[in-house]
Amino acid sequence: MSGCGDCDGCDLLHPPAAMKAEYVVALAGNANVGKSATFNQLTGVDQDIGNWPGKTVERAEGILQHRGRRIRVIDLPGIYSINALSTEEQVSREFIAHDRPDVVVNVTDASALERNLFFTLQLIELESPLVIALNQMDLAARKGISIDTKKLSTLLGVPVVQTIAIQGKGILELSDAIVGATLSRPRPRVVRYGKEVEERIARVQALLPADPGGYPPRWTAIKLLEGDTDTVWEIRKRAPDAMAAATESGRELEKIHGEPAATVLSAERYHAAEELVAGVMEIHSPEQNDASLTEQIDRIALHPVMGYLLLALILGGLLAWTFIIGAWISAFLITILSAIAPVEPLITGSISEIVFNGAWTGLVAALTLIIPYVIPFYLILACIEDSGFLTRFSLMLDKGMHRMGLHGKAIIPLVLGFGCTVPACLSCRIIENPKQKLLAAFLVTLVPCSARTIVILGVVAVFVNIWWALALYLLDFILIVVLGRLAFRALPGESVGMIMEMPDYHLPHLSGVIGQTWNRTRSLIGIVLPAYIVGSIAITAAYAAGLLEPINTVLYPITVLLLGLPAVTGVVFVFGIIRKEMTILALAAIFGTTVFSAVLTPVQLIVFALVTLLYAPCISTILALAKEFGWKAALSITALETGLAIALGAVVFHVLGPFL
Amino acid sequence: MASEQLEEYLESILDIEEMHGIAKTSAIAKCVKVAPASVTEALQVLSEKGYVKYEPYKGATLTDLGREMACKVKRRHRLLEVFLTDVLHINQEKVHDEACKMEHTLSDETECALCKLLNAPARCPHGSLIGACDRRVEDCSSCLAEAEQPPASGRNGTLIPVTSLKPGQKATIAFIRGDTSVVQRLTDLGLTLKTEIQLVRKAPLLGPVEIAVRKTRLAIDHAIADHIFVSACGEKGG
Repeated sequence: MSGCGDCDGCDLLHPPAAMKAEYVVALAGNANVGKSATFNQLTGVDQDIGNWPGKTVERAEGILQHRGRRIRVIDLPGIYSINALSTEEQVSREFIAHDRPDVVVNVTDASALERNLFFTLQLIELESPLVIALNQMDLAARKGISIDTKKLSTLLGVPVVQTIAIQGKGILELSDAIVGATLSRPRPRVVRYGKEVEERIARVQALLPADPGGYPPRWTAIKLLEGDTDTVWEIRKRAPDAMAAATESGRELEKIHGEPAATVLSAERYHAAEELVAGVMEIHSPEQNDASLTEQIDRIALHPVMGYLLLALILGGLLAWTFIIGAWISAFLITILSAIAPVEPLITGSISEIVFNGAWTGLVAALTLIIPYVIPFYLILACIEDSGFLTRFSLMLDKGMHRMGLHGKAIIPLVLGFGCTVPACLSCRIIENPKQKLLAAFLVTLVPCSARTIVILGVVAVFVNIWWALALYLLDFILIVVLGRLAFRALPGESVGMIMEMPDYHLPHLSGVIGQTWNRTRSLIGIVLPAYIVGSIAITAAYAAGLLEPINTVLYPITVLLLGLPAVTGVVFVFGIIRKEMTILALAAIFGTTVFSAVLTPVQLIVFALVTLLYAPCISTILALAKEFGWKAALSITALETGLAIALGAVVFHVLGPFL
Repeated sequence: MASEQLEEYLESILDIEEMHGIAKTSAIAKCVKVAPASVTEALQVLSEKGYVKYEPYKGATLTDLGREMACKVKRRHRLLEVFLTDVLHINQEKVHDEACKMEHTLSDETECALCKLLNAPARCPHGSLIGACDRRVEDCSSCLAEAEQPPASGRNGTLIPVTSLKPGQKATIAFIRGDTSVVQRLTDLGLTLKTEIQLVRKAPLLGPVEIAVRKTRLAIDHAIADHIFVSACGEKGG
């Protein structure tokens, strides 16, 4: 069996009939330790990726089929500690304590064992049945590190398996250990800390009730000492004695060490981790390979001049792809597909013809979006992320992005936004902080995507002049910066400064990259395809049913009075919500001409393009926002941008009108 | 020479040294606003007292003793600037000159009280970093919590923020200031007290700094890193 990396073959022997998963296993560990790779290896391609209920934290779930057993595997977010400081930590802590997975698999980076064991020690405090996967053994070996797995296993009292997840090595053994652990429930041994800390833990623990709110007594005692808000809240009324003892002990600890008790305990854990590592790890002379390679690449990637050049090259490449290759493939696809059936919105015809036209237009729209823009972008994003370049870019751009209240990582969604807003919004997941995630998504919806670029170029650049088109672009960028700063102040929630790990570079692993791309594309298709098809049908049907004239009438005050546009543009803007470049198609269909300068004045053309650029994001974007951030955020953004578009359009019409 | 003058000289030399490496007589004269001839004279006195290393025609550099003294005055100066700006709302333009006069008369006790009152600020109103105090504390919070502790005498070596290390330089963590959640996050990532770290590089334009700790590398926001104080290895102060 060794060497069969993607061990999906066995699945065929155990057809995934409507059999219920027997066991639940959670994968927990630091970020950048190969947890996702381990998850992919364990579960194969059949994964269910969504969000934790009510949270903007990604939740991945899959099924491990091994030795006739069906095991549900949940991939917990990558975290460094189990306090409740971040949403990720909260989600993980609650899942482990309340959902009680049968086994927690702690995926660790063998090349940075000390810090990883710090996290392991917290899992041990939680007393969950544990299996430890020492991952990235290849990286450790290259750094000259060898680890006595047996000894570590004995010391901690749980199975320890060495793995190289991206190569699929050790996955079989890990699966065996997981299956074994579902039966034997290996309870980790308690790791004792320093005397002065242990005394106080014992004192508090003795005063606790038998079942202190779902968490183990020792954990609860430690958390009380640390002054953990949730635990204090839970225990304060139920065991006031314990609470009082904890507060006093905590203060004593603070006095002895001169630091907050929580920091003292973290230091104790690190001390215990150091001792464990000293017992099981040996360092030989390193092969001097990976670290120095990383150092060499970093000398370029983080160089004050060359780093930015490299960055400009990659971002420029992404833009070039959008405007040249992507546009070309998109046009090519439309040519082929329109040979099968016309893709312009139909104005007259029978109901069935109109419904078919709507569905077909929607399908074509989805295909011409996903094939040229989404898949290549997701592939590149996965490569940048997987290789370790993303963290370097964040580092280089952090300062600049701070001006918009964002971290450096937000550059990726913003650049992707030039292609299509939907994948860009979904890619905001790479930002950890919830506030910044939402802020980035908001700004992404303002970035001129390829569809809006088509409108600006097709309407303004062609029929007014290129300078006005560029001016619109410039105005948009100014808006992004200004609104970014304003929204940063207005949005609730704290924005914490960046503290992130810099992993070593490695070649992106093919199956991981493809898996990542596929999962992201799939969740995008789930949004875009129905939105396009149903939306197109609905609007063409409304058109056929003669509902459009009333729409024009309702929108008359806005389109005609405020914006100075012909009344028929009301319908055009409604079409545009399905997909922004539909505005051009609809405009042409209604006026019966593609020479827009014959039917609209230059000011009208500019206002039309400006409003199209800014008003409500397309329906797929709205759905993507709703999926990631909830309907409230999605609708607020839509309303805000529509209002802004109308206001700016009105200003341009009334101010520029007399001059042009 | 009056101690006030002496401190003024040391401060100027520290400033010039940071920019140019060595403080030339002419530069010092410009900074202290006296004739170059008086500067030469003063440098000889300072050199005799062991505060500077003076080489005629080249300029002066601070000795460890001189540096410690200069840093201390600088710290007071900047603390006073914060006090004048934030508490007394004195006009920004006047703050520097006012602080210049006040800094020389401040006692250790007052300095400590001022620091507590201002909640251990990290930077002066002009954006320059305020150095660590020389009390024997490992964390500002313990100092802020215990209001009545007599000022202690200096500790060994000067503490500098991690952002002042040179790339490749190693140091051990002395204390981290800042609010509890940030300190906790840094501690969780392995930045516990007395841990050895190494500054790998600083991103341009006051961007994040990259440090190596416990076989991993972390990128830390410059503003946060300013609050991580270390004692640099291989350097013995005082």
